[in-house]
Amino acid sequence: MDKSNKARRLRFEIFRYNPEDPGSAPHTDIFEIEETEFMTLYIALNQIREQHDTGLQFDFACRSAICGSCGMMVNGRPALACRTLTSDLPEEIRLYPLPAFKLVGDLSVDTGTWFREMAERTEAWIHERLAFDPDAVEQRMSDDIAAAIYEGDRCIECGCCVASCGAANLDEEFLAGAGLNRVARFMMDPRDARSDADWYEVVAGDKGVFGCIGMMACADVCPKELPLLDVYAYLRRKALGARFVKKDAG
Amino acid sequence: MTERLLATDVLVIGGGLAGERAAIEAAAAGHDVIILSLVPPRRSHSCAAQGGMQAALANCVKAEGDGPTVHFLDTVRGSDWGADQEVANIFAEEAVVAVRELAHYGVPWTRVRGGKNKYFIKGDEVEIDEALENDGLIMHRDFGGTAKWRACYAAAGTGHAALYAVDSEVVRLGITVRDRTEAVALIHDGSRCLGAIVRCLRTGAHFAVMARATVIATGGYGRIYGQYTSNATINEGTGASIALDTGVVALGNMEAVQFHPTTLSPSGILVTEGCRGDGGYLLDKNLNRFMVEREPEKQELASRDVVSRHMAQVMRDGDGVDSPYGPHLWLDIRHLGEEHLRTKLLEVWDICRDFVGINPAEKLIPVRPTQHYSMGGIRVNKDGQAYGLAGLFAVGEAACWDMHGFNRLGGNSLAETLVAGRVVGQRVAEYAAGTDLRSNTGYVFDALAQAEQTAADWLARSGAGRSIYEIRDDMGEIMMHKVGIFRNGDELEQAVAELGQLLDDCDHAVLRCRDRGVNPELAFALRLKGMLRLSMTVARGALARTESRGAHYRMDYPLRNDRDWLSRTLVTWAADASEPVFSYEPTGIIDVAPGYRGYGADERIEMTATLEEHNADVVEQQARLGRLQTTEEMGTRLRRGAWQDVAR
Repeated sequence: MDKSNKARRLRFEIFRYNPEDPGSAPHTDIFEIEETEFMTLYIALNQIREQHDTGLQFDFACRSAICGSCGMMVNGRPALACRTLTSDLPEEIRLYPLPAFKLVGDLSVDTGTWFREMAERTEAWIHERLAFDPDAVEQRMSDDIAAAIYEGDRCIECGCCVASCGAANLDEEFLAGAGLNRVARFMMDPRDARSDADWYEVVAGDKGVFGCIGMMACADVCPKELPLLDVYAYLRRKALGARFVKKDAG
Repeated sequence: MTERLLATDVLVIGGGLAGERAAIEAAAAGHDVIILSLVPPRRSHSCAAQGGMQAALANCVKAEGDGPTVHFLDTVRGSDWGADQEVANIFAEEAVVAVRELAHYGVPWTRVRGGKNKYFIKGDEVEIDEALENDGLIMHRDFGGTAKWRACYAAAGTGHAALYAVDSEVVRLGITVRDRTEAVALIHDGSRCLGAIVRCLRTGAHFAVMARATVIATGGYGRIYGQYTSNATINEGTGASIALDTGVVALGNMEAVQFHPTTLSPSGILVTEGCRGDGGYLLDKNLNRFMVEREPEKQELASRDVVSRHMAQVMRDGDGVDSPYGPHLWLDIRHLGEEHLRTKLLEVWDICRDFVGINPAEKLIPVRPTQHYSMGGIRVNKDGQAYGLAGLFAVGEAACWDMHGFNRLGGNSLAETLVAGRVVGQRVAEYAAGTDLRSNTGYVFDALAQAEQTAADWLARSGAGRSIYEIRDDMGEIMMHKVGIFRNGDELEQAVAELGQLLDDCDHAVLRCRDRGVNPELAFALRLKGMLRLSMTVARGALARTESRGAHYRMDYPLRNDRDWLSRTLVTWAADASEPVFSYEPTGIIDVAPGYRGYGADERIEMTATLEEHNADVVEQQARLGRLQTTEEMGTRLRRGAWQDVAR
């Protein structure tokens, strides 16, 4: 923020709806606050709640862009509110809940249910080759493979990619960026016993990578800058390979 | 939601690493398990642990000679002899298994690269040849207060990777997770815990969960320090608070509060100790490396209590960097280079970019010490059973198990969550198998009615009372400035008086929001009194403890006093009682005699009793103060004298 100028007056337009109140109807409220140095939407929203409307619902936990709680639509784009500086935004700031998820109230949405269902559908856990032996030294892994898995593991399940996804907004079972990234993360993990052919049904259908309509907003909005384009290319390649392997085997 | 009463075998309150790992153990034994979580479990604050998990695998050159016994000794020294040494030994031995189990669950640990590697050690770049036969094993990095490189890590997202892997197991086992729920009271009959009263944070409705065994795993109480904490907004000590409300469950060592040396100024966001472990420096306003003079041996890698105190002193002496938010110091990791920062410390890179707008390969990071960890919590025996109520267990930061004593070493908390989750989880499973749910349901419905009445009372209250947010802010100021890094009797007395006033204010505070449903103002109001009560136990405990030990530093009693204070503070405080009740138990059976830590002050008041005299009645004294019978006798997991072979 330019210190030579007077502090800006920020004008927030915030979506409001409380599903628990039969008298509530979806609408927007306007709040005005004065901008301060290094103000983030975490600071601004708490100030609005504490000084203007104590009923305003939104979610934060870590407030350091690690936990993924605070995804919301900021001037039409999904973003993590905690790391969004107001100085990067115009004076008029529109805040809406993420689409594609069930609304809890105001800016708060139910990402937990969506991600748990995705994890169950894709069986997003290590399918072990052998039972854990507490007395054995760990299985070796090259540091390069560990780093590659970690890259996929960095997703914080904030839901920004899901909210930005044309396919996920039309089909609640479409895996979207976060789901496909998770699948790829387990596919490349040598500890997982599943073969490419085992993954075929999950990856290759219209709920999987071939359901992607190619708008690639997911890659633009991902706050962790995950290489989602590379992930989709990897999955397509694996799916095609698996098909041929299956055919040859059959 | 119309449900009023649920029943399960095991109720786990808190969906972070400790709670989920305990739940896995119970579910694997065939029990029905329900996990309650304020947030979807993967958003729990375990995900914010950055730099590492301590486990003495001894896989790299700088870890040669390490093992559980060295880890145990470091932990006891780090605790400033406040830890229960048997628990510290269980921990060190089991941490090795826990870290490998996480590898099995899928954590992509950073691995040893056999051959030449470049590291920064005490300011110098050194080249070390890692043995080719160790290639691919789990790598270690250096951390504060440890004799060896021991912290296992996945870049600077270790907690995140661990939490996702453990939550994957929870999903695999089909364990029920009720996210957006909060336990607001325990159900008990005065001697046995029967479950909890829960508020749904989607609808605002209350319901009861009856359980054979209840496990509290709600993390720490850092948010009683208001904005002066690295903790998430959800770390409000609710588990410790509802345990305290019973009036029979004791909290242990509440005054033992850790301040982390390097959190961002002014937001308090954590910057991992791994930065210093990998060779980063602390600088004052003249760009002087003050830790080299102050701690020649360990320098930036002394324990957190010692480093934080030096930093606070440097700023008191006027050598801090002025800012509109008060003074700070600098963390310098520029010399580690962009490639290292963007791989091994990637999350630090992101945090610097997002929250202070700097590139840490080019610029200094503004840091200052901030509340970080709660060594205190629900006092449990080595099986994780709470003092005072059968069927109640606690694990992780919510518990005072007590392997950390008065100072926790970096990387030991992540390890504790998984070790305690495994160890205590097994005891929970055994307990649940051996007990039944039969009880007078009057206790259940009375507790449910009372919780609903409390919420209704808040909504009905009117008048000119204060805002709950003002009271919260006042609490944070009092706690940071009068119950903070440097403490003294006068300020602690003021803090006690002022917190007393805030408790009174809280009873008359008035809500502005009367909305149906969850009502975020009401949700916070329901926690506020508990947070004030926890604050009071911290302030009073600190006032009563007239010595300095670990993170508890009394300027008017600057020496550690092993003659009079080799003890753990216990406090109980029924919800309807005006005053907390304090008592003291011996820290445990002592194997490593109190001495110099290897950093910090080397002056203390020596114990006058012999170890034999001290240890003679530990078991009886603890039992008299509420410790329940343990599965194995006390002391059986100590490896007496083993530490003498590794002590330097």
